[in-house]
Formats: sequence, structure tokens, C-alpha cells
Amino acid sequence: MTRETFIIAFRFLFLILVQTLILNNIYLFGYINPNLYLLFVFLYPLRKERANFLLVSFLFGLCIDIFSNSGGINTAATVAIAYLRLPLLKLILNSQDIDYKLFKINEETLPRIIVFIGVLTFIHHFILFGMEYFSLKELPTILYKTFTTSIFTLLLCTICVYFTKKSKADNF
Amino acid sequence: MQQIAYFIEKYKYFLLFLVLEFIALIFTIQSHSYHKSQFINSANSVTGGLLNKSMSFFEYTSLKSENQKLATENTLLRNKLDIKQNESPIGILDSISLKNNYITSKVIKNNYTKRNNVLTIDKGSKDGLKLDMGVVNSTGIIGVINGISDNYATVLSVLNSHSRINAKLKKSHYFGTLSWNGYDYKTTQLLDIQRQASIAIGDTIVSGGKSTLFPENVEIGTIKSFDFTNKNYKNIEIELFTDMSNLGYIYVIKNLDKEEITLLENNND
Repeated sequence: MTRETFIIAFRFLFLILVQTLILNNIYLFGYINPNLYLLFVFLYPLRKERANFLLVSFLFGLCIDIFSNSGGINTAATVAIAYLRLPLLKLILNSQDIDYKLFKINEETLPRIIVFIGVLTFIHHFILFGMEYFSLKELPTILYKTFTTSIFTLLLCTICVYFTKKSKADNF
Repeated sequence: MQQIAYFIEKYKYFLLFLVLEFIALIFTIQSHSYHKSQFINSANSVTGGLLNKSMSFFEYTSLKSENQKLATENTLLRNKLDIKQNESPIGILDSISLKNNYITSKVIKNNYTKRNNVLTIDKGSKDGLKLDMGVVNSTGIIGVINGISDNYATVLSVLNSHSRINAKLKKSHYFGTLSWNGYDYKTTQLLDIQRQASIAIGDTIVSGGKSTLFPENVEIGTIKSFDFTNKNYKNIEIELFTDMSNLGYIYVIKNLDKEEITLLENNND
């Protein structure tokens, strides 16, 4: 239990630093910054009690927001996918009772990983850009940015999840 | 009563989710209003310090272009000094006649691709910065300070939907408001210019001096395109002189007459 907490805390700090100091300065094709920090939500251990998970995700999103001067948009998007994670997993795995203790996302098959990460990433980015622009008139811009950024986030996250598959210490 | 308890028990995660989303929404709305963005911003010692450290690490990669910029500016200033000395033999750098003080600072966090961009700089109230001071660099206007801590400050960039900067034509005194539609970081829009003004593509736009934020005639950009329909100007696009994607050292303007002007204006209300 303590080891797990330690890994989560390490991941929390590591992902915030990587996201805010490196990935937020990439500007691929002029505007794309992949949001690798979603890995925190994807890799957080699955539990029946979700209150802790929601609160930690809230704090995590808030830290990203404080660093990037963006109000509460990352917080809102992160909390949303943290809440939707379990229902989506049940849908993908097609079962109502998941073995909470043993489940690990990086031990699933690749198509399942991609669908899982892809759907959550798309929802996250849509909320993120939707709240940033906050107007229906800008819907084409919001969708365009959502699609393009999602592709790169999905790519990066899938690579990270897939390549930590075999190594036992999944502390990335 | 039991029904309510059962309801809460059943939907507790959904309720927690709603509460958290609501708090996040409040933070977002607060950051949209001009002066209330104090709580969630990077002008605090922890994030400011970290950003500063990382900036000082990556700074070396841009030293060459930064030097180039400084050299160009030096040449410009030397030329101006030459002209001034020819104009009046008496020293004009009298401290009483000075209207503005400049404080040098460095951008430690730059944004230009979002809808609402905010920069973080490495000077704060300890160095004499206050809210509502204008920020420029050697090429033009950058923004206005909207958040401050002891050692750091945040700047509401011109690339922000809430930024409204008074601007005018260089060749006449017709003025308008500079704002940004969120599409391209190289162009901004000039709104509310009077219909009598005669404008042409390539005209230079400078700061208006109607506000106490910026001195008059700080350069902003040139007119790139505009529509003239129903005897009104529409969609005036301004190409900025400043490359907002590449900001290094900047100057914060301290207007020494600001208190006097505000006091005078408040007396009339």
C-alpha cells in the first residue's frame, strides 16, 4: 500500500514537471502541445471507492492550471475523465464486475488500450478547448484543435502505456 | 429522510463530481474577469521559482538571437540620442521632465496559442511593479500586468480576449481599441475606429496615450487589410511588429504621473 502511494506521488510530481516545463513549450505545427499528463488518470489504480481518485485528480488538474495560467479548464477536464473512467472501462471490457485489485490497463490488448485512451483523451480535450473558447461560434475551431491535439496525445500516451507493459516496475 | 440518505449514498460519486466541476468552473470564470485572477496564476513563489529555474536552463539556446535584438535596439537608441542632442543643446534628461520609468524584466513563461494568453515575468512588487502597468519590448506592445506577487507577475498579453488597448493611427489622431479574435498570433484587430478617419493598407498603428498604461506613440503594428462597407470600417487587421512567440527581455512602464491623473479623473466622477 505504501509503495503504491509512493508511486502515485512520484507520478504526480513527475508528470506535472514534464508537462509544464517541457511539453507545454513544444508548439508542434505552431500550436499543438500534447497533454501527456493524462497518463496520471489512465494509470491510477482502479478501486471501488472513487472519492480519493476524484479528489486527487482535481488537485492534479489544479496544479497544471496554476502552472499554465489557465483558470480551471484543465481541472474541469481532468475531473470529468476521472469520473468517466470506470463506466467506460466497464463498457470496453463488456463486464459489470472488474477485478479491481488485479486490473492493470497496460496488461490489456492494444486495441482496448487505444479505445480506452482515445475516448478519454477526446472527451478531455473537447472540454478543455470548449471551456477555453467558451462560445458556440468558435465550435469549428474547438473541434479542429480537439482532433489534432488528441491525435498526438493519444500517440504519446499509448506509446508510454504500451512500452511499460513488460517491465514490472510500472512507476512511469 | 431515509430517501434522501439513500439518494446521497447511491449517487455520492456523481455528487462529488458535480461539486468538483462546479469549483473548476468558478476558477475558470474568475480567471476571465480582469482583476480577479489572483488565486490561480503562476505568479507565486513555487511555480514562479520553478519556471524561472527552467527558463535559466533553456536560456542559453536563445542567447544569440537575444544579443542580436539588443544590438539592434542599441543602434536605434544611439540614433535617437544623436537626433535629440542635435535638437537641443541643453540636457533634456532632467528627472522632473521624465514621465515614465522603465523596469527591465524577463519573460519566464510565454503563451501564444491559447484563446486567452497570459505571460509570467520574473519581477514583482519588490521591484516596484504594480497592477495595471504597461509592458513593452524593443519592438512594440506586449500587454498589461494583471497579477502580482513579491517576486513575480503575470501579464495579460495582447493575445487575450479580455485585452483592450487604446491605439491610434500614427498619421492622425483617430483612435480605436486593439483586441484579438484568437486565430493568428501575428495579427490583432482594431475596433471602433471613427468613420471619418482615412486609413490605408500599410499605415502604422501606435499606442494612444489616452490611458495611463502606455506612453503615446509606442509602435504596435501596420494595417494588413480592412473592409469599408456602409461608410464604416470593419475587420481592420493589424500585423504586429512584435513576434509574440519569441519574447525574451521586456520593459515594464511605470507612469510617474499616474496617481495625479487618476486622482484628477476621479474628482470628476
